This record gives sequence, C-alpha cells and structure tokens, in this order.
Amino acid sequence: MLFKKPSDIPSSEITSQSVYMDRRKFMSGATVFGAALATAGCEMLKPSEAVHANTKLTTVKSPLSTSETPTPLKDISNYNNFYEFSTDKYGPAELSRKFRTSPWTVKVGGAVKEKKSYDIDSLMKLATLEDRIYRHRCVEGWSMVIPWVGYSLSNLINQLQPTSKAKYVMFTTLMDLGQFPGQHSPVLDWPYTEGLRMDEAMHPLTLLTFGLYGETLPNQDGAPVRVVIPWKYGFKSIKSIVKIDFVDYEPPTAWNKAAPNEYGFYSNVNPNVDHPRWSQATERRIGEFRKRPTLMFNGYGDQVASLYNGMDLKKHY
Amino acid sequence: MPRRWIVVLKAIVWVLCLSPVSLLAWKATHDGLGANPLSEVTLSTGHWTLYLLLTTLAISPLRKVTGINWLIRFRRLVGLFAFFYGCLHLMTYLWFDKFFDLHEIVKDIYKRPFITAGMTAWTLMLPLALTSTAASIRWLGGKRWQTLHRLIYASAIAGVVHFWWLVKRDLTRPEIMAAILTLLLGFRVVDRVLASRTVQPAAVSQER
Repeated sequence: MLFKKPSDIPSSEITSQSVYMDRRKFMSGATVFGAALATAGCEMLKPSEAVHANTKLTTVKSPLSTSETPTPLKDISNYNNFYEFSTDKYGPAELSRKFRTSPWTVKVGGAVKEKKSYDIDSLMKLATLEDRIYRHRCVEGWSMVIPWVGYSLSNLINQLQPTSKAKYVMFTTLMDLGQFPGQHSPVLDWPYTEGLRMDEAMHPLTLLTFGLYGETLPNQDGAPVRVVIPWKYGFKSIKSIVKIDFVDYEPPTAWNKAAPNEYGFYSNVNPNVDHPRWSQATERRIGEFRKRPTLMFNGYGDQVASLYNGMDLKKHY
Repeated sequence: MPRRWIVVLKAIVWVLCLSPVSLLAWKATHDGLGANPLSEVTLSTGHWTLYLLLTTLAISPLRKVTGINWLIRFRRLVGLFAFFYGCLHLMTYLWFDKFFDLHEIVKDIYKRPFITAGMTAWTLMLPLALTSTAASIRWLGGKRWQTLHRLIYASAIAGVVHFWWLVKRDLTRPEIMAAILTLLLGFRVVDRVLASRTVQPAAVSQER
C-alpha cells in the first residue's frame, strides 16, 4: 500500500529516487556554505579590542567596591546601549572611534553660588580618583560588574555650593549631529537628559566617572565623563556630560519623555516592580548561563533604601 | 521548468534557509555571539522566523504577478523552515529564559502581551506544519486544507505584533516587517475583490 501512487498527487510533486538519495549531499553542502558565510562575516563582527581610550589613571581602592568578579573589558566595551551612536548594541564601539573627548568642557549652572565651566582635565583632578567596582543592571534584564574610576559626585557639588533652591540636579549629554549619528533619528528627544534628587546626587555611591579598568573611559562607555548610579537602571547613568544644572523642579529625563509609563524618574532597580512589558525579577549577568534573581536597589539597599522611606516605589518607579 | 531545475533550486533554498542556523552554530563555537550569546540566539532565530514567514507569504502574490507558476513548489519548503526557526526561537525562550519552569512560563504567557502574541504565532504554525504533507491534503480535502492553511495570515500578524511589542524603542525593523506584511495581505484582499468583480458579470449572464 505504501508504494501505491495515489492518483491525486501530480507527478511533479514526487521526488525522484536519485534526488532522494542525494539529500545528504545537499545537507553537507549547506553546512559548507553556511560556514563560508560565517567566515566572511567574522571579519566584520569580530569584537573590536583597539577602541579603549587607554590613558592610565592614578587611582586608589575604595571600600564601596563589590568583591564580585568584574565583567571582561571586551564585553563592557562592545555591548553598549548608547543611542547617540546607534540603537544596535555593537554599533557604538565602531561608531565612536573618532569621537573627540578633548577639548571637553562641562558647564555648571542653575542654583549655585558661582556658575562655572570645567575643562575635563581640571574636573578629573578635583578629587582623588577611586576604583569603584559596581554592579550594573540594565533595564533590559542583563547585568555586568564594572570597575569604574571616578569620585563621588558630592565632591563637586560641595565645591559648587548650591543654593537652597537646588532641589534636583540635571545632567545633559553633548548634542552634536556630526559626531553622534544617532541624534539624526528621533528615537529619543535629543539631547539626552537625566536627573537626580539632591540627596541622591549627594550620596557617596553616586560616582562622577572618568574611567574603567584603571584607564580613561572608552568612547562607547560615555567618555570623557559620565555619572554612575549603581542602584538605578543603567539608563540613569548618563554619558558624555557637557552640562550640570541645579534646579528646583524634577528634571525631564530622556526615557521618561519617550515612554512615561515604562520609565519613571526614579528608576531604582526593583525586582518587585516589573517593566510593563517584561519582568524585572531576574537578570542575566553577562558571561553566565543561568539567570540570577535581581536584588532590591541592585544590592545597595543597605546604603540607599533610607532615601526612599515612606515612598510608594510602585508609584514612583 | 524541467524537474532537474526544480531540484537544483530546491537545493539552493535548503542551503539558504539553513545558512542562518549554520552561521549561529559557527559563531557559537568561535566566540562570535558577543557579550550576550543567549540573547543573540533568541533574537536571530526570531528574526529568521519572521523573514521566512514573510517570504512564504510572498510566494503566491509573486506567482500571480509574474506568472511563474513553479514558484508555488517552494512555498511548503520555506514555510516549514519558518516553522523550524520558530521552534528554535521558542526553545531558546523555554530553555535560556525560563529554564523550563512551567509555572513561570504559564504566568508569562498570561501576563506579558508580547509573549502571548509570540506563543499565538507559534501555536498557529503548528497545525500547518503537521498538515504540510500531501497525505494531509488528501485526508482533509483540498478545500478544508486551504481554509486551515489561511491560519498563516493570523500567525504572521501575531508574529509581527510580538516583535513590535518587545522592541524597547527603535521600531524601525518591526515597522518594515509590518509594512511588508500589510502589502502581502493587502495584495490578497485586492486580488480577491478584483476576482469577484470579473466573475460576477459572467454569473449574471449565465442566469439570463
């Protein structure tokens, strides 16, 4: 019965014996072709190693560091969300090669005694640079351990002497259509801005960051200066800062403007408050196979939970 | 089109359809998947599921427009490869994301619209893959088989919606896919309307 030719199959549908027997050839041919494609592609996709800005920095160790093993530099400097360059994770490493970080000026304004401009070198020398190994949790559900170099932002703020009107700090990234190809796309409302409440900005963990792995920041990681707030989702840690303003209102922030129901002003790492579209209960640490449970305030609860006493963190996500 | 050529073309289609998964396998063994390999595999298999679904849907319109009838002989093959990548994609989710935690999976499908859409898309492909044989066509009868296989429209829509809903901010790719899908489904609607218009006068004249 199995060999009987059914009447309703057109002869064109029937595979000839020789072809049937040749299937394995096609399969092995497919593998070879696939491998050839892969080899052709690998030149372009090979992670770039030469992008590190690599000016050695003099640093001291910090008691605020975690003892966890840092993520390899290769991953930290190739897997980036830096939409000013590209929305593709591996895009910034390529597209930031020629980014100019010198000369670089950071303007400080708003409610401070004296409005001031710092060139990057004098800003870097304002306080002792420390190695701060922090956990870094992206809102997308992955995490790293990054050995940042910088000093507590409070060092700068104390020197500036903000007035009583300073309730929040607002940060602004460079706006430069020539250097930031991503700023041609309306994917976010450029320039990128971020903000912190004054007590958050003054917290010792909040790091004004100039480097990682003991050297100046790779361009794709926010060179020449960024902030790092380790208990908040990564997008709060704004990159390539040119302006710091002390204001009396909650500053508009880039992701909050883009999707207010998904990204709040606070954006503290919180496993109990899901992103509207995905869970925040677990994360994948880069380099690990199993997912880890996400910790409240990214594991910095002992230091920062008191900042949010009495606040409903489901409402102020 | 001589049978020999069809065979050669089918071989080429096999090679093309297997190259993305071969590339992934090669990269996986050569440290080429970047910092987040599991995410890369999930994204890549998902993209290819959609590309191949759209390719499958493009075959009939292309055949009608160009008059090249033998194109239809590739539809099942490409459709099955779409399902193949869909299965790989689903597997990456069940394994690398949920580690087969059934409770978490069910909760996820219920709670997350983009997961619901993705599961819908895959589930709708399943009966099509199962009834892709000539024997199934005979068993169901051509008409019923064809009706069943219209589920591919719903599956493709659910698939594109799934992609649209999961993207964080840059909607360029899902927008392109949605545009292509709209074009391909729109073609069918227009084609049907035009066909019914040309048939009607004939039917009327017969009544007279």
